[in-house]
Amino acid sequence: MPESTDTALTQIASRTDGARIVLDRVSKVYPGQDAPAVEEFSMVAEPGELIMFVGPSGCGKTTTMKMINRIIEPSSGSITIDGRDILSLDPSELRRHIGYVIQQIGLFPHMTIAENIAVVPKLLGWSKQRTAERIDELLQTVQLDPGTFAHRYPRQLSGGQQQRVGVARALAANPPVMLMDEPFGATDPITREKLQAEFLRLQESIGKTIIFVTHDFDEAIKLGDRIAVLSERSQIEQFDTPAAILAEPANAYVRSFIGHGAALKRLALIPVETAVLGAASAAVDHHRIATDDSLRDALDLLIVTGAPAIGVVDRSGSLVGSLTVERISTALGADATALAATRSDEGRPA
Amino acid sequence: MTVSTATTAISTASAARRTDRRIRIARRAATPVIVVLSLGGLLLWLSTLELDSIEQRTLNWDYIALRTGEHLNLTIVASILVAVLAIPTGILLSRTRSRAARGFVLGLANVGQATPAVGVVILLAIIWQTGYTTALVALVIYSFLPVLRNTMIGLEQIDPFVKESALGMGMTSGQVLRRIELPLAVPVILAGLRTSLVFCVGVATIATFINAGGLGDMIVNGLKLQRFPVLVTGAVLVASIALLIDWVASVVEDVLRPKGV
Ligand SMILES: Nc1ncnc2c1ncn2[C@@H]1O[C@H](COP(=O)(O)OP(=O)(O)OP(=O)(O)O)[C@@H](O)[C@H]1O
Ligand SMILES: [Mg+2]
Repeated sequence: MPESTDTALTQIASRTDGARIVLDRVSKVYPGQDAPAVEEFSMVAEPGELIMFVGPSGCGKTTTMKMINRIIEPSSGSITIDGRDILSLDPSELRRHIGYVIQQIGLFPHMTIAENIAVVPKLLGWSKQRTAERIDELLQTVQLDPGTFAHRYPRQLSGGQQQRVGVARALAANPPVMLMDEPFGATDPITREKLQAEFLRLQESIGKTIIFVTHDFDEAIKLGDRIAVLSERSQIEQFDTPAAILAEPANAYVRSFIGHGAALKRLALIPVETAVLGAASAAVDHHRIATDDSLRDALDLLIVTGAPAIGVVDRSGSLVGSLTVERISTALGADATALAATRSDEGRPA
Repeated sequence: MTVSTATTAISTASAARRTDRRIRIARRAATPVIVVLSLGGLLLWLSTLELDSIEQRTLNWDYIALRTGEHLNLTIVASILVAVLAIPTGILLSRTRSRAARGFVLGLANVGQATPAVGVVILLAIIWQTGYTTALVALVIYSFLPVLRNTMIGLEQIDPFVKESALGMGMTSGQVLRRIELPLAVPVILAGLRTSLVFCVGVATIATFINAGGLGDMIVNGLKLQRFPVLVTGAVLVASIALLIDWVASVVEDVLRPKGV
């Protein structure tokens, strides 16, 4: 019996670039409560996918997420990681292979930053040398200078710095799965934006399967490969890519969650290079936008400058075309049509 | 302009820190100085007296060393027993879900402390026996509560999210206790032990009533035989021991307090 648990864990642990997570009709009823906090929740997260849970306070996001590492035991249903039923695995051993970041950060106050990051490697029996190298590497990844920060204690760090350490600590043993509960919740908008950008860059290089809980729909759009919009009892109102949800909200509930300015939010997701550009000669002024900027940035520049058209430059800096408000609007329409086409191809209900 | 303001702020802060440290060192030095001064004063005063034969029998180095040794022995052994018994009890109680069990044990410890120490000692002597062991048991009963209560408080005041992240990272509950909870509870538990130690020094004077020795002998003899110097010597010694033990405990507290907290 312990041997099969061991092999299962070794198999999961070896999937460092993401494991598939399957939740099948998972429910949770807290003792002493009539209504379930999570009811019949089913979802498949593909390896390497970054899935966002969004929903109002108390809808069951945290509860759903914490059942995946068994901090909360499900009342019914099954959860598998890489095909293994997690209920058949030893909870402590399982958790060592699932990165865990909580909203309250929860750094250990009596341990230095280096010691905090070393916790899981130590539990897994890594050598001192390997652990030390990993700490250095991770601190650099989250942009904290190891020389300055490794030997400080958590209370000597700012909130944003602590959250980075929280993320580094969860990544320490290179787990295939990460659970992140509002990891950037306690920071000001500017730090938050910076952390999000860093995180996106990080995910591009590490590609874990990540469940990411947030209140903030804009954060979900910005980071997620797919977004699950949740309502009461963790019911899935819509589960799709950010672009698809913005283009075609499934119902009034989702629409209310998106809020105003859906078109602008969509524009932020579309790079300039997907638009059909006008002639380069139309860009009479010196205002320029890059091909990998978003259409939202392009529109912003058009409005700010009042120019009828702006020039588009490629990575080498040479002028390749121009953009007008009309062309941006056309690109938005084309994007919606393309989305609808892929969706009917996949045979999903629109 | 901004730079100079900032520099001033920094130097003010470091000056404040320096005065802080000076105050702390002064406070730290105060206790030993007071103890040395009062013991020196006592010695000086005794040397001016003509002692009669009764006084000479108690006011000599051998006798004083014997009684002080007994007193320290009672105090320290009782405190070790309290630590060994009350800390695990506190850990167990803070882990049980049963409110009734917690209420019961805390209530029991409360009774132990609230009952006058003389009462506990004499009651035990009547229903059991006189002597060292009885005195020890009485001391343990009497000073159990502070350590028990502080162990529970120390464990319960820990940020639940710190515990949750430890568990979520894959520590077993034993590892969470050893690596996270106990180190973080150390300052509070030690404060409880310090209180217990000081209690013990005071209460150990009562051991004399059941033939268990200690400095209580000198105080009671001094009273009974109306020998003022004997009485004063006993009293000053007990007070000095209490102060010194409290002082040592405070140093230990500072040394063992986890860094970063
Ligand atoms: N330990 C618990 N015992 C009983 N009920 C709980 C417990 N934890 C959560 N609940 C209840 O379950 C429901 C879902 O809570 P959950 O924490 O999952 O919500 P959430 O979506 O994460 O909310 P938030 O955005 O505020 O963090 C809530 O109604 C909450 O009151
Ligand atoms: Mg939550």
